[in-house]
Parts: sequence; C-alpha cells; structure tokens
Amino acid sequence: MNAHSRQKLIVIGNGMAGMRTVEELLARAPVRYDITVFGAEPHPNYNRIMLSSVLAGEKTIDDIVINSREWYEANGITLHTGDPVTGIDPATKTVRSASGLVVPYDALLLSTGSKPLMPPLPGLELPGVVAFRDIADTDAMLEAAAKKQRAVVIGGGLLGLEAAWGLKRRGMPVALVHLMPTLMERQLDVEAAKLLQKDLTERGLHFFTSGQTEEIMGADRAEGIKLTDGREIPAELVVVAIGIRPNVDLAKAAGLEVNRGIVVGDDMATSDPSIYAVGECVEHRGQIFGLVAPLWEQAKVCAARMAGDDQAIYVTPALSTRLKITGIDVFSAGQLVAQDEADEELVYRDSARGIYKKLVLRADKVVGAVMYGDVEDGAWYFQLMRDKADIAAIRDRMIFGQVYADVSCKGKGGIDVAAMADDVQVCGCNGVSKGAIVTAIKAKGLTSLDEVKAHTKAGSSCGQCASVVQAILAHTTGEVVEAKAAGLCGCTDLGHDDVRREIVSQEMKTMAAVRAKLGWRTQDGCAKCRPALNYYLLCAWPAEYVDHGQSRFINERVHANIQKDGTYSVVPRMWGGLTTAAELRAIADVADKFNIPTVKVTGGQRIDLFGVKKEQLPAVWADLNKAGMVSGHAYAKGLRTVKTCVGSEWCRFGTQDSTALGVKLEKLMWGSWTPHKVKLAVSGCPRNCAEATIKDIGIICVEAGYDISVGGNGGIELRGTDHLVRVATEDEVLEYAAAFMQIYREEAHYLERTAPWVERVGMDYVTARVVEDAAGRKAAAARFLFSQKYAQIDPWAERVEGMDAHEFQSLAEVL
Amino acid sequence: MQTWIKIGLLSDIPRLGSRTIETEQGQVAVFRTSDDEVFAMFNRCPHKGGPLSEGIVSGRVVACPLHNWVIDLATGEATAPDKGCTRTVPSRLVDGAVWLELKAGRQVSHG
Ligand code: SRM
Ligand SMILES: Cc1cc2nc3c(=O)[nH]c(=O)nc-3n(C[C@H](O)[C@H](O)[C@H](O)COP(=O)(O)OP(=O)(O)OC[C@H]3O[C@@H](n4cnc5c(N)ncnc54)[C@H](O)[C@@H]3O)c2cc1C
Ligand code: SF4
Ligand code: FES
Repeated sequence: MNAHSRQKLIVIGNGMAGMRTVEELLARAPVRYDITVFGAEPHPNYNRIMLSSVLAGEKTIDDIVINSREWYEANGITLHTGDPVTGIDPATKTVRSASGLVVPYDALLLSTGSKPLMPPLPGLELPGVVAFRDIADTDAMLEAAAKKQRAVVIGGGLLGLEAAWGLKRRGMPVALVHLMPTLMERQLDVEAAKLLQKDLTERGLHFFTSGQTEEIMGADRAEGIKLTDGREIPAELVVVAIGIRPNVDLAKAAGLEVNRGIVVGDDMATSDPSIYAVGECVEHRGQIFGLVAPLWEQAKVCAARMAGDDQAIYVTPALSTRLKITGIDVFSAGQLVAQDEADEELVYRDSARGIYKKLVLRADKVVGAVMYGDVEDGAWYFQLMRDKADIAAIRDRMIFGQVYADVSCKGKGGIDVAAMADDVQVCGCNGVSKGAIVTAIKAKGLTSLDEVKAHTKAGSSCGQCASVVQAILAHTTGEVVEAKAAGLCGCTDLGHDDVRREIVSQEMKTMAAVRAKLGWRTQDGCAKCRPALNYYLLCAWPAEYVDHGQSRFINERVHANIQKDGTYSVVPRMWGGLTTAAELRAIADVADKFNIPTVKVTGGQRIDLFGVKKEQLPAVWADLNKAGMVSGHAYAKGLRTVKTCVGSEWCRFGTQDSTALGVKLEKLMWGSWTPHKVKLAVSGCPRNCAEATIKDIGIICVEAGYDISVGGNGGIELRGTDHLVRVATEDEVLEYAAAFMQIYREEAHYLERTAPWVERVGMDYVTARVVEDAAGRKAAAARFLFSQKYAQIDPWAERVEGMDAHEFQSLAEVL
Repeated sequence: MQTWIKIGLLSDIPRLGSRTIETEQGQVAVFRTSDDEVFAMFNRCPHKGGPLSEGIVSGRVVACPLHNWVIDLATGEATAPDKGCTRTVPSRLVDGAVWLELKAGRQVSHG
C-alpha cells in the first residue's frame, strides 16, 4: 500500500487513552493510516497518573513522558501540540484547529479526556485556585509550594488526597476539606477510611470532614476558604479536586449522541460510524470512567475495529483501586459492604499494627474487598472475585492471605509467584497477566524490570505492581531478589512508632526483651534495628538503661570519627565557637606530640585533628582533657555544635549577647543522644552571620528578644527553619529549646533529623506542643534536664580512665 | 608453615564484637557472635579495605563501618547485591581459648 492510498486518521486529544489506541493500531496495522494528532497541551503525551508522584517530588516531568517527539516522528505521525481542535464538521469530514488548520479525515478518534469538576463557588476565578489534572496545574502547585505558602484541598477522594500529600511533602501546611464524613467513601468502608484519616493526620495533614465549602475568600487572589458552618481556613493555594466530567463539548457541537459522556457502542464507535471515541470522554452502556484500566481495554478494541477486525467487543472489566501515597497501603475492589442478608463479611482487624481487611462474600464467591495496611493479597482477592471462584473450601483461612489459604503454597510471607496461576492479572492498569510476563521474559531474554516494563507495559503506569513483576522476573530467570523490608528493618514488620510506643507501654528495658516480646525474626537484630533500639531504650529510660556499645556505629562506640584509611579524627568542644590561647596551645602540643598529619578548622567553628591511630586515641584525649577540653561529639547522633556570631559584645549591629547565649545552650545540651545529629546557632541580629536559619534550632536576636526557629537543615536537602516563637529572655530560649529537643528525642524516628521530622508532623503540631501548651513545654524541658543528668559525662575522660580498654588494644601479635 | 596458635581467651572478645591480631600478612579480625561462635578473617573489607573489626555484628554477619557492605563471617563473602570476598582464617575454640591457624610466627605476644 503506498502513502497515497492510506486513509487519514485524526486523533483529537494527545492523552493516555488516545495514544494507547494509536500504539495498539500501529502494532496491528502499521501502514493503514496516515495519522495526525492534535493535543491541547504543549507537551508530548505523558503518564497523567504520575503527576501525583511529580507533585510529591518522587518523579520529574521528564520521567513521566510516555512517547517523546522522536517517537511520533519515527512512526510518521504528524503532531500538533498546543493546538486544540475547535470544531468538527462530520458533513465535510474535516476538523478545524485553534491555529486555523483545517484537516480532512477518513476516520476520527475522539480522546479528549475529562475536565475537572468545578463547583459554582464565589471566588473560583481568583488566582491561586487550581485543579489537579495536567502539567500546568502541577506546575502551579509546585510554584506555590516553593513559596512555602499554605494550601487547602477541596475533595477527599483519590485525587484530592494525592494532591494534599504531594503538597505536604513539598513542605506546605495542608488542610483538606471533604463533603462526606469519611474519606474516599466510594472506595473505602468507614473503618478503612478512618484508619486512612488517622495515618494521614499523624503525617501532618489537617482534615475537615463533613465540610461544605461556601466560598473562596480573597480580593485579588485566594486567601482561604469559608465553610457553610462558618469556619474559615486561610490558604494562598486552593486545590479543587472534587471530581471529573467527561469533556464532550466538541462531540456535542458536532451533533454526535452525547449523554453524560460521548455515547459509544461495544465497538467504540460513536453515533457517526467514522468517528470513534475512547477514554474518559466516553459513556458506554451508561457507565463513565475515571481509571486507566478500562481505557486500555477500550484502546485495544478500538484499534482492532479501526484495523478492520469486526469481531472485537468492549466489556468493562472489574476495577480495583489503590492510593499512590508512599507508605500508605490501601486496596479496594467491588462491593464495600454487605448489601443484604445474603451477603456476608469476613473481617480481620489488628488495630495495634493498623491493619484491616474485609472481604464481602455472596454465595461462596468474593464480591468485594477492602484492605488497609497490608494489601499484599489484594491481587489474589481481586482475581478470585473476577474468576467468580468458589471459595467454600478456603473460607476459614482466606482472610489471612493466600499463603495460609493454600496449604500447597510453601512461600513464607510475600507473594508466592511460583504458585500464581498464569492467568492471574498482575498489572491492573495495563491488564497484563503473569503468563504474558513470563512469556515475554523467556522469548525476549529480558533481565531487568525496565525491560519487562518496556516490553509488556506491566508496572509502567501506576507502578504499584512493580514488586510483583520483579518477583516474577526473579522467579523466571532464577535470580534472587531481596524481599522488601517494611517498617524498621527486615527483622520486624513493626514501624518505628509502634516500637517506641510498646517500649514505653510495656516498660521494656532491654533490647532482648523488645525483640522477644515484639516477635523479632532474628535473634540479634541487625545493623539497622540495633542502633535504633539502643537509642529508643536510652531515650525512654535514661536512668536505667545500660547503653550497648556493640549496637552503636563505630564512631559512637569509640567516640571519634573513622576515616577512609581506618584512622580517626578528634574534635574537642569549643563552646559556642570560643577558644583561648591555652586551648590552642594544648591542641598544638598534641599535634606535635602525636605527629598528627592534618589540623583543620571545621565548618562547625572548631578544630579537627585528622589521622589519629585508634590505639593513640586515649592518650590524645588525656592531653586534651588536661587542658580542660572534652569531646565535641562530632561523631554523635546527638548535639554537635552551637555556632555563634560575636553579637552585642563587639559587633556594632549586635542586639543581644549571642555568643554567651550560644555557650549556655551548648552547656545545656551537650552529651545528649538524639535520633539524628542536632546543630544549633545563635545570631546577634537578623544579618544572621551564624547561619541560624539552616540549623535544627536557630536563634536570631532582635531588639525585643529572641526569635526561635526550628527544623532547618543545610545538608543534603537544604531547608530553612520555620519560625516557632519570639521570646523576651534567655531563660525562655533555654526552656523552649529544651522542650523542642525533648519532644524531638521522644517522637522522631531514628535517623530522622528535625527537618524531615518537622515536615512529617507539621509545624502546627510542634507549635501546639512547644508554644501553646505551657505546662507540656515545662514538663518536656524537665524530662530533658533529667535525662541530661545521665548523659553529661565526658566519654573521653571515661576512656582515659580505662573504660572499654579492649577497643584500643590489639588482642595479640603473631610476628 | 601454617600452624594452630592460641591467641587469647573467648572472654577477651566482647559478644557481638571483635578484636584484632597483628600478623605478618596483615591484621586479622576475630569475631564473637551472640552464641559464642568465633570467626576470623583478614581485617579488610572486599569493597575498599574498611576495617571489618569495627563493624556491627549480628547473627553470622558483620556490616562494614565504611559503606555498610554486609560480610558473611563464616565464608568471608559479601552478601548480595554486593560481590567480593575477604580471606578467612580457620579458628577453633578449645576450653574457652581461641586458636587460629596462621603462618607460624617467631613470637606471640598478648596485648
Ligand atoms: C569535619 C566537617 C567538615 C569540615 O572539615 O568542616 C564535617 C565532616 C563530616 N561530615 Fe559534615 N562536617 C562538618 C560540618 C557540616 C556542616 C556545617 C555545619 O554544621 O554548620 C553540615 C551542613 C549543616 C547540616 O548538618 O545541616 C554538614 C553536613 C553533613 C551531612 C548531611 C546532613 C544532612 O542532614 O543532610 C552528613 C551526612 C550525615 O550526617 O549522614 C555529614 C557527615 C560528615 C562526616 C561525619 C562523614 C562521615 O560519616 O564520615 C564527616 C566526618 C568528618 C570527621 O571525621 O570529623 N555532614 N557537615 C565539619 C565538622 C563540624 C564540626 O565541628 O563538628
Ligand atoms: C493526578 C492524577 C492521578 C491519577 N491517578 C490515577 C491512578 O492512580 N490510577 C488510574 O487508573 N487513574 C488515575 N488517574 C486517571 C487517569 O489519568 C485518567 O483516567 C486517564 O488519563 C484518562 O485518559 P484520557 O486519554 O481519557 O484523558 P487524558 O489523559 O486527560 O487525555 C486527554 C487529552 O486531550 C486533550 N484535549 C482535550 N480537548 C482537546 C481538544 N479540543 N483538542 C486537542 N486536545 C484536546 C487534553 O488536553 C488531554 O491532554 C489519575 C489522574 C490524575 C489527574
Ligand atoms: S562535605 Fe562533609 S561528608 Fe562530604 S567530603 Fe566533605 S567532609 Fe566529607
Ligand atoms: S570498605 Fe567496606 S563497605 Fe566500603
């Protein structure tokens, strides 16, 4: 067939369903059509689903492009981006675009997607109000997030929750307003929805359920929203995510049959036989669509029809839902609750671990599943549901999962891919079965997840099934893959918060007790959980717990920093960055006496001696101790440095004595153990020469007192502090700082610095605990002082005295 | 010549810890597990030579202090996904004393 005899196909809408249809068509009938695509957006087609991940910072726009411009070119497709079609004339079989192009067609495909539903609210047109549908919306949100503004999201469905979480991850305080009493009410029952709301609240989102928005407030731009019950929520960004509506304007104007969506038959053709439609713009047998899985089915059928197959029939598949919020596992499919007496519910609930599973059965068949916290068996339940399998024989065990239900399965936990039948659907988004994946791996010799994604599309849409695909790959090729560890580490399924809570409530005071009572899978724990447990116990029982050196990282065990050649560095404390001639002389003497190769001023306003051999450490410390110097804990998950500037003592701009305050803070906090390292700084005026606004606790002195801010980080991910409070006296600074420190010590996860911790729990929470609750603040500060009684012992002096001597001597020499 | 040499007592090594031995071929690390098993190997991580004696011991593995490779105490092999191997030294525990099979030295001194 030469180019001139090809038929002309025009595709309107460069989105997920339209382009999938084109891909299917190219696979079936590569030369049948000359294809022209019009897209309203200025981009090549991309994975809309992944906008949530872009918002949350897990992916970039480049990562989510499905077909690049080169792909269109390579397949001979003419692509007009940023040029929406403005009219279709079925009589002359032409379309007209915004830029004025008029193009004739033989076949036309409508894939215009849907539009965000916008409620008729006053203020909707204000700048600062956005929907969540495309790259432009996502960019607008990211821009607002960069300014650290406040956000309110209207709508507690999948989209609203993902938007809220993404914004939260970007550091914005986020409130979510939902019309119904529970979240995601179309996908979750009340119980699962409550667990979800609780988890997200713990992660710092604020919810207003049963909240009806009355208006968006603001004069020139959005300033917040007002609810019908009078409550007001201030916000500079308002995200409306209450639903979608099929985009039918063009079809309607062209005289096609349109109901809620563009009406199509089982052949995906509209009321005009030369015009097809796929995606969220269509209505099929009264149903409209909002998830991609059925669209892929439509694309297949539509492409088959356009390629000349007149047998292909579209049937809507059963649908399942998952929420793409990292660390939150939700699954639902089918019926959420028993609807009458013939329906039965099987429920499993473990509230301590936040796990809830429910199956709805009817006549010994699964008709619905709702899962929260543990969704491993979601795919299996879904398969049983779609197969209408008789479950009478496994009914008493099936709620515990496939492994328990099927005694022939030998797998322990995890997904047993060996036992999985070939027709089990692994990738719900793309409708790919286990058999199809195995066949592709074998036929094409695939060895990586990316290759499997590329060849089968499994795992390439929402990505939730990637771990199963990976397991199938491993099983088929015989390679071993590591099981994914949930929670603290591979030794337990519990999370950090669970473990901390149980240590206190069950009064466990040794690591062995924790591992035994909480069901650790390993006798000794591992290099991940042992340091965490050691810290959690130390923090909970400062007076009683005996520190376990063998569970500490080498630096904390020997109180020096290991270097790449196995030697150590030694950093004595210089309180607030102050030193004296005598101290400097002692350091110089030590450097000479021990032949120390490098002496350096650190970024923390003190001096580091590099290249000390391990066996020399006690002698080096002894000399430094003699000159009055103690460990600077430069190695510790504990207080590191308190940087200061000269302040009112010398500086012409200084408003308070920042140096002296820095020294007081360092004397208050040195020696403390914390989830991660903690750094402070005090600047004498807002010029901020001590860089206080990128510290865990930063103090900026002003004429009227002291501005305390927290949660800053100058490390891998730069984060400025959030303002906590302004106080008038130094004593108040010490009290607020001690209280903040203690709450962080008691509640953060091991290896979580204050910056991510503050982001996780939210500044409102920190303010409520440290500023608004005066009694709570004083109590927390007192707990900190109590624990400091046991912590403020110079570890160097202890070792000079002989503690842990085995660390610094070899056992024997065989020469 | 390889020979069995008594290098110290089990009680000299902390549980879940390690001590080092200086030998002509280099430093050897001797490990003690929580079940009082003893293992020995040259004290160089197959990755970048990190001192394994300074790592955290759990079960029958040690995590290297420099970049966290996990080395099997019994075989000296790095565990997946890392690849590499450290030379092990045969060891024995007799009546609370630790013996290693090493190149015979002229002199043994205990630290
Ligand atoms: C010595 C020093 C560099 C220097 O020559 O100036 C240094 C050296 C190291 N830093 Fe640092 N950091 C030093 C100041 C800083 C600063 C500046 C500051 O404190 O004002 C920062 C950025 C501020 C911050 O922490 O927010 C800094 C951010 C980091 C990070 C990234 C932390 C983060 O939260 O993203 C690491 C990695 C980590 O801790 O996991 C790190 C880790 C390290 C380690 C411990 C790497 C390691 O594990 O071996 C280095 C060990 C040095 C040693 O043996 O003494 N170092 N490091 C500084 C010692 C300060 C002191 O007196 O104690
Ligand atoms: C943030 C987000 C997260 C999501 N997460 C999931 C998920 O986890 N799982 C899931 O199954 N689904 C998810 N969805 C839904 C999924 O993205 C949609 O079902 C899917 O994109 C619909 O495909 P479509 O081709 O019908 O529409 P679209 O992908 O929206 O494509 C339609 C395209 O047509 C263009 N267009 C419209 N009118 C014209 C015109 N006149 N001329 C030219 N072009 C035009 C539009 O600009 C658009 O680019 C999510 C959606 C969003 C927004
Ligand atoms: S920035 Fe810090 S961690 Fe990186 S090389 Fe320098 S001292 Fe080491
Ligand atoms: S040297 Fe051991 S992990 Fe790098």
